[in-house]
Amino acid sequence: MKIMPGDNITKKAIEKYMQENKRLDLRGKFDHRDIEVKFNISKNAEGSVSVKIGKTEVVCGIKMGVGEPYPDHEKEGTMMTTLELLPMSSLDYEYGPPRINAIETARIIDRGIRESGFIDFEKLCIKEGEKVWTIFIDLASINDDGNVLDAGALAAILALKTAKMPVYDEETGMIKYGEFTENSLPLTEDLPLTITFHKLGENVFIDPTKEEERASEGRLTIEMSQAKKDIMINAMQKGEESSLDNETIDKMLNEVEKIFKNLKNLVDAELKKAEK
Amino acid sequence: MGFTKRSDGRKMDEIREMTAKVGIIPNADGSAMFASGDTIAFASVFGPRTLNPKHQQDPEKGVLRVHYNMLSFSVGERIRPGLSRRSQEISKVTEWALAPALLLDDMPGTAVDVHINIIQANAGTRCAGINAAAMALAHAGIPMKDMVSAVAIGKIDDKIVTDITKEEEDYKEGEGSTDIPVSYLVNSERLTLLQLDGKIRIKELKQALEAGKAACKKVFEIQKAALKETK
Repeated sequence: MKIMPGDNITKKAIEKYMQENKRLDLRGKFDHRDIEVKFNISKNAEGSVSVKIGKTEVVCGIKMGVGEPYPDHEKEGTMMTTLELLPMSSLDYEYGPPRINAIETARIIDRGIRESGFIDFEKLCIKEGEKVWTIFIDLASINDDGNVLDAGALAAILALKTAKMPVYDEETGMIKYGEFTENSLPLTEDLPLTITFHKLGENVFIDPTKEEERASEGRLTIEMSQAKKDIMINAMQKGEESSLDNETIDKMLNEVEKIFKNLKNLVDAELKKAEK
Repeated sequence: MGFTKRSDGRKMDEIREMTAKVGIIPNADGSAMFASGDTIAFASVFGPRTLNPKHQQDPEKGVLRVHYNMLSFSVGERIRPGLSRRSQEISKVTEWALAPALLLDDMPGTAVDVHINIIQANAGTRCAGINAAAMALAHAGIPMKDMVSAVAIGKIDDKIVTDITKEEEDYKEGEGSTDIPVSYLVNSERLTLLQLDGKIRIKELKQALEAGKAACKKVFEIQKAALKETK
C-alpha cells in the first residue's frame, strides 16, 4: 500500500522540514512537481487532455450540447463544470453522488474560467432566447496524489483551448456528434490559471503531495489571468477551518505573480506543441 | 450486396490493433490500460483487504466487487456522470467473468475492488474493461489460476466478425447486426462471459464462439507481453 495515513507524525515531519525550507521530496516551497500534458486522449470528446503533476493525474473532456439559455441571459451560451473523484484514483473516494469536496473543487474551477471572461458566451448563442450552446467541462481524477484542484483547472483550460466545435445541423437542430468543424471554441486572451496555496504552521507552499495536503491546515486558491498589461485576480477561495493572518496572506500574494508567469510559460509551450 | 468488406480493411477474424500497459495508477495495488482500436479502458485494483462492514464478509471466501463506469466525454453525445442501469449490469457480468479465474477461497473475509473506467469508446467497452481488469488483478498479485481475455464477436449481416466497431454494431442492412461479447479463461478454454443482442442461428452461434475463443488467445498474448514488461 503506497498511501500514507494522514497521521500527526507525518505532519510533524513535514512541518519540521518546512521550517528548514525543505520538503520531503526536496522541492522548493513554490515549485510545482513535474507537469506532463497529453492532448487528445479521448477522440469522441470535442477536446480532451490528461495533466499529470507529479503522480497526480487528472483528465478533462469537453463536450458540447445544445440547450435553452438562462432567462436573464438570453443571448449567452452556458457552461457546466463537473469533477468525478473516481474511486479508481484513490481509496479516499467512493461511488455515489458527488460529495462536497468534488462539488467545491468543480465550482472553484468553474468560477475561475467564468469570471476571467475566457469564454465569449455571446458567441455561443444560436437563436436568442431559444437555443444556445452548452459547454460541458468534465473532469475525472485518474490518480490522486494531491492538488487535484490545480491539476484539474489546468486540464480544463488546455482542453478548452484545443477543443473543436462539432457540426450543428440547423434543420434538425441536432449536433452531428463525431463530426468536427475546424473552428475552435470562442475564447479570449484572458486565459485563467489557478494556484492554490497551503498553510502549515508558519509555512506557505503550493502543489502539495497527498501527504502534504493531509497535513495542510488551510488553503487559499487564487485564479488569475492576464490579457493586457496587468495580471488580474478573477476568483479566490479560502478553504478548510484555519484562519489566515495578514502576514500569511501577504506571503501568498507576494509569490503568486511569479508562479503565474512560470505556469503561463509552461501553458504557452504546451499549446504550441499541440498546434503542431 | 450484403456485408462483404470491413471498412477498416480488417479480415473478418482479425482483431483491432491492441495495446496494453500495466502500472498506470500509482495509488492502486494493481492497474492496467487496455486499448482495442479506439476503445480505451483503465482499471485499478485495491485489495485484498478486510471487508467492512463486517456483515458483508464471506467467512468462506473473498468477495470480488467490480465497478464499471464510462467517462461522460468518452462517447458521442455526453452521458451523465455516475451510475446508470447499464453500468450496473456490466459491473455484475464483469464480476462473473473475472471471479472464476481468482482463488477467492484463499482470502476469506476480504474484498477485492476492481474499478474500470472507459476513457474512449468505440464498441467493445466491457471486453476492454475485462481485459484491463484481469491484467490489473495479476499486477496486484491476486492469486489466479488462469487469465481472463475478452472480445466482442459480431454477426454482421450473415458474416461472423471479430472485435466489432461501433460502425459495424450499427449495421442495419440484410440480417443486421448481432453483438456477442465473450470472455474465456484462456488456458482452460472455459467461457466466463456471454451476452447476445440480435438475431442468430444456432450454427452461427457455434461459429461465433469458436471465433471468440481464437481471438481471446490473441488478446491473451498482448496481456501477457504487457505483464512481462513490468518489474
